[in-house]
Amino acid sequence: MRDFEYEAPTTLAAAIELVAKHNGSARCLAGGTDLIDQVRVGRLTPDVLIDVKKIAELNVLEHGATGLRLGAAVPCYQVYGHCGIVSDYAALADSCRIIGGVQIQSRASVGGNLCNSGPAADSTPSLIVLGAVAVIAGPKGTRTVAVEDFCTGPGKNVLQPGELLVELKFPARAANSGSHYRRFIPRNEMDIAVVGVGASVVLNDAKDKFVSARIALGAVAPAPLFAKAVGDALAGQLINDEVIAKAAAAARAIAVPIDDMRGTKEFRLHITGVLTERVLKAAVARARGEHVDCKVGH
Amino acid sequence: MAKKRIVTTTLNGNQTEFLCEPRQTLLEVLRDNMDLTGTKEGCSNGNCGACTVIMNGRPVDSCLVLAVEAEGATVRTIEGVATAAGLDPIQKAFLEGAALQCGICTPGFIMQSEWFLSQNPKPTEDEIRFNLAGNLCRCTGYDKIVRAVQDAATQWQDHYMKNCHERSCT
Repeated sequence: MRDFEYEAPTTLAAAIELVAKHNGSARCLAGGTDLIDQVRVGRLTPDVLIDVKKIAELNVLEHGATGLRLGAAVPCYQVYGHCGIVSDYAALADSCRIIGGVQIQSRASVGGNLCNSGPAADSTPSLIVLGAVAVIAGPKGTRTVAVEDFCTGPGKNVLQPGELLVELKFPARAANSGSHYRRFIPRNEMDIAVVGVGASVVLNDAKDKFVSARIALGAVAPAPLFAKAVGDALAGQLINDEVIAKAAAAARAIAVPIDDMRGTKEFRLHITGVLTERVLKAAVARARGEHVDCKVGH
Repeated sequence: MAKKRIVTTTLNGNQTEFLCEPRQTLLEVLRDNMDLTGTKEGCSNGNCGACTVIMNGRPVDSCLVLAVEAEGATVRTIEGVATAAGLDPIQKAFLEGAALQCGICTPGFIMQSEWFLSQNPKPTEDEIRFNLAGNLCRCTGYDKIVRAVQDAATQWQDHYMKNCHERSCT
């Protein structure tokens, strides 16, 4: 592998200083499951890897009345092993359970998945539908960016040289709400999404109408796609097959997939519709307090 | 060239120091520096699980861990599984069930299966297959491996129940 220096700062201030000092030639190392492979194959050529796992702010995992704080370096297994996330941010737990295999989940972080900015990232649609905000630190201070605005293209995002992702902040779960993420892959596990769909819904007290909905699509655009208009159109609608089928058609209409080895454009559009229906129904079921059997591997 | 680092770990129960470059993976150091060649290199990109070791109580692909990251860590490799008293139950089950052919994937499967049974001593077949999804075998077709894990769980149930650390949300 390419020669590089390794730094492991223990404070956020030291990390920001290091990232800024190397101005674009450093990469932050969290779980390393994408980064180490990319350095090995020469896709990335950093001179310094800055291990951010020893910084308290990037390991924060707090769930309370005001919401959820998820440090950028928290690995997937801690996400789906956290009972508060499983109950209140179910789509995120769904994503983390299917990223790689168990060995990958021991190391890979949601923050890393976001910063890697792959169009098919499994956790990003869930972050978007759950209303997550990225907290970014840099030499000029801290700023926040809604996750739907974070990725700008394949492997590209809004992080400027010298900046790093610190944590993801989520609002508290609304009453009568539920969420789900699901993807299509030709294998049972360990594959990159051909299409991935996340949805989060809030229902009325009678639980027969949508109050609001957020839908996000993966692997059908250069970056994870927030289908805002599709979700907004569900507000106030009765929950029935016809309304959900309309939302699925609307999701298909905004998807702009490519043909590649994982699927044709036509197939991806079809799957976008199928998954949008299924994911919305599962999110509604969860909002109604019903158990959703999304058995892993099926 | 980047300066070499001294890394201190607890390796298979023994405090161990090694010297490595930042660019060396834990897999490379285990095999090339420590002569612990039981851990195998398969794909070197996190797909095959042949290099699985247990680091700080969790299975990881050692090809995707920098050796410098192991500073202060506890690492357990296939060399630490059998004891003076003999093979571990999961090793016996793999042998008795012929759950291997060429054997390259076996150390990774043993590490992952042993860890998995410590979390879930009474797994279903689906759970076994899901938890072994990060380990690839190109010889057996997996069925004998799955049966070996089932046999280990059944035959040595007391052993696994005693060591169970399962913690899950319902």
